[in-house]
Amino acid sequence: MAVDYAKYLRMDKMPLYWCPGCGDGIVLKCYLEAIDELGWSKDDCAMVSGIGCAARVTGYVDFHTLHTIHGRAIAVAVGIKMAHPDKHVFVFGGDGDLVHIGGNHLLHACRRNIDITVVLINNWIYGMTGGQHSCTTPPGAKASTAPRGSYEPTIDVCKMAIGAGAGYVARGFAGDPVRLKKLIKEGLEYKGFALIDVFSPCPINFGRRNKLGDPAKLLEHMKSFLVSSAKAKRMSEEELKGKFITGVLHKDESKPELTEAYKGLVEKAQASDEYWAKYAKGTLTDADKYKITREELKKLYPYDVETPLKEWKKL
Amino acid sequence: MGRIAFLNANAAVAEAALVAGLGFYAGYPITPSSEVPERLSKIMPEKGLPFMMMEDEIASINACVGASASGVKAMTCTSGPGFSLKQEALGMACIFEVPLVVVDVMRGGPSTGLPTRPSQQDIMQARWGTHGDHPIIALAPCNAQEAIFETIRAFNLAEKFRQPVVLLTDGALSHLHTKVYIPDPEEVEIIDRAQPDVDPDNYYPYDYNYEIPPLAKWWTEDGKSYRYHLSSLIHDKTGFPTVDPKYTQWLLKRLHNKILNHVDEITKNEYYKMDDAEVCIIAYGSTAEAARVAIDQAREEGIKVGLFRPLTIWPSPEKQISDIASKVKHIIVAEMNLGQYKLEVERIVAGRVPVYGVGQAAGVLIRPSQIYEKIKDPSKSVEICLTEEELKRFGGGE
Repeated sequence: MAVDYAKYLRMDKMPLYWCPGCGDGIVLKCYLEAIDELGWSKDDCAMVSGIGCAARVTGYVDFHTLHTIHGRAIAVAVGIKMAHPDKHVFVFGGDGDLVHIGGNHLLHACRRNIDITVVLINNWIYGMTGGQHSCTTPPGAKASTAPRGSYEPTIDVCKMAIGAGAGYVARGFAGDPVRLKKLIKEGLEYKGFALIDVFSPCPINFGRRNKLGDPAKLLEHMKSFLVSSAKAKRMSEEELKGKFITGVLHKDESKPELTEAYKGLVEKAQASDEYWAKYAKGTLTDADKYKITREELKKLYPYDVETPLKEWKKL
Repeated sequence: MGRIAFLNANAAVAEAALVAGLGFYAGYPITPSSEVPERLSKIMPEKGLPFMMMEDEIASINACVGASASGVKAMTCTSGPGFSLKQEALGMACIFEVPLVVVDVMRGGPSTGLPTRPSQQDIMQARWGTHGDHPIIALAPCNAQEAIFETIRAFNLAEKFRQPVVLLTDGALSHLHTKVYIPDPEEVEIIDRAQPDVDPDNYYPYDYNYEIPPLAKWWTEDGKSYRYHLSSLIHDKTGFPTVDPKYTQWLLKRLHNKILNHVDEITKNEYYKMDDAEVCIIAYGSTAEAARVAIDQAREEGIKVGLFRPLTIWPSPEKQISDIASKVKHIIVAEMNLGQYKLEVERIVAGRVPVYGVGQAAGVLIRPSQIYEKIKDPSKSVEICLTEEELKRFGGGE
């Protein structure tokens, strides 16, 4: 069944802003297909992004969208989700945005297992700012800030997320959109924190400096780093060195979700005290609210208790 | 009918925020502000409201911006170093034009400075801490009781002007317990953000037809859903980025003008014995309490001196200070820093009368006697006023 993409997009903002050969459009398409299959109303969806090429996704999707500051999208999304636990909250962003500058927020959103789906478009480079190396640039690869090749080790974002306690962690590839859509959909459905790390090509700012300016060639190159989870099971640790495993890497249905846990806390707090139990039911009376009447209060204090308020109002 | 309680200013701010309609709190622990989240962590779950301790100061203000943008009243609370970390997102709240209350319990700086000691060193940080031209509203209550009222006012101003508001207290004020009256919401004015009168399809978050466009809640109580885009980039009426120079200038001017055109509504000042004053002390926050005592003492000796106390630090009460400058012989600005607000007073006074300062950044409150001495002889510089015994008690170095 064909998906009506226009239904989810702000068509007046077309054409897409990304360079030819960029993977961002593929990832967005897979994501919209997943949303469409789930049948979620765009009225119930909120998306937050930070800064970067991938962060421009919020401009195109016709949801409640926030295009925030660099690295902080997940923190902003946490605020939205806590305030509206019944809505769907998503984050789109790149490796520089979500892992490098925003790594701390990613780590703690994983730990909290808050029901937010993060689609991380991992293109190994700071694309928007002109191709500076990031925490995911492979060692030896050239970047505008690494003309002799990057000398830094990289991070396996998925391993980090699993270690930090994320409930759902998957890795996809922009060169394999059919599987990518399935991974995103499973992440969206998961009740808890879902991270989908998507290897996606940046032929202009990563590729050209590394003789991989042809998008197809760059996809092939990226693919050489990837191993499916099924195949990885048959490989030795030595063989897996420097490789990144694709597929669903971790899924924990038993881990409590944060807003649910908070609901439990609220129930506990309200049940602990008769006053708050009445508050929750909306049956508080004045007698419950005030331990003494106004007349008794006035007798206790030699002056009008509301004097400070009156004086302040006069200022 | 409100309640009487025995609280420090931190707890008072927490209680007042709930009166004002706080719907989301996110914070990070920092001395001397931690009593605010401590109190809220008990009450907010009881009220079914989300309360969060985030991974850092940056995350806490960002979470507040997210919650506020989606439609609930949000607050975060911090002190000097944490306030520095929050600055970038404070700018985002300015350009998003989302209501937000940031409490800064000022402690001695720079850097880690004096975590447990009071100061008023964040006056300029509150004004210019975040980058770029932006308006700001900053309030400075002088005691726990006023902290209650000013917190409510901070929320109201934030909601009315779609603007982050900074509430400045200090390390001494925040830990001084006093009897306070906590009003009920019915007793004070509570302002909620204006809502659009158009349906979602015709709504623009930065509609050109308004000085302060209504900020639609994403999900209204009657089941409507306002889907729109807010961008931290310079944006047009739809919230989408633009680089049009003429429009950019217009937007930045509108951001300033939405505050500057309403200064009279935003500023709140106290005049104490100013009717016949020949000398004016300008002081704010807890320093003002010392100034009052000094003034009473000087008045007994027949010196005509009064106090002008701005409760609204930013935007500064230019008209009022200018008016004072035309009436008095000189002005003395007393503050727990080395002359930050004095700079602003000097700018407004523009050389018409001398402006002297009692500036102390020693991590201790300014004492009435110090201000009194300055009233007696403004040319004299004011020394730290502590007895040997007090110096020992405060610690004479490691």
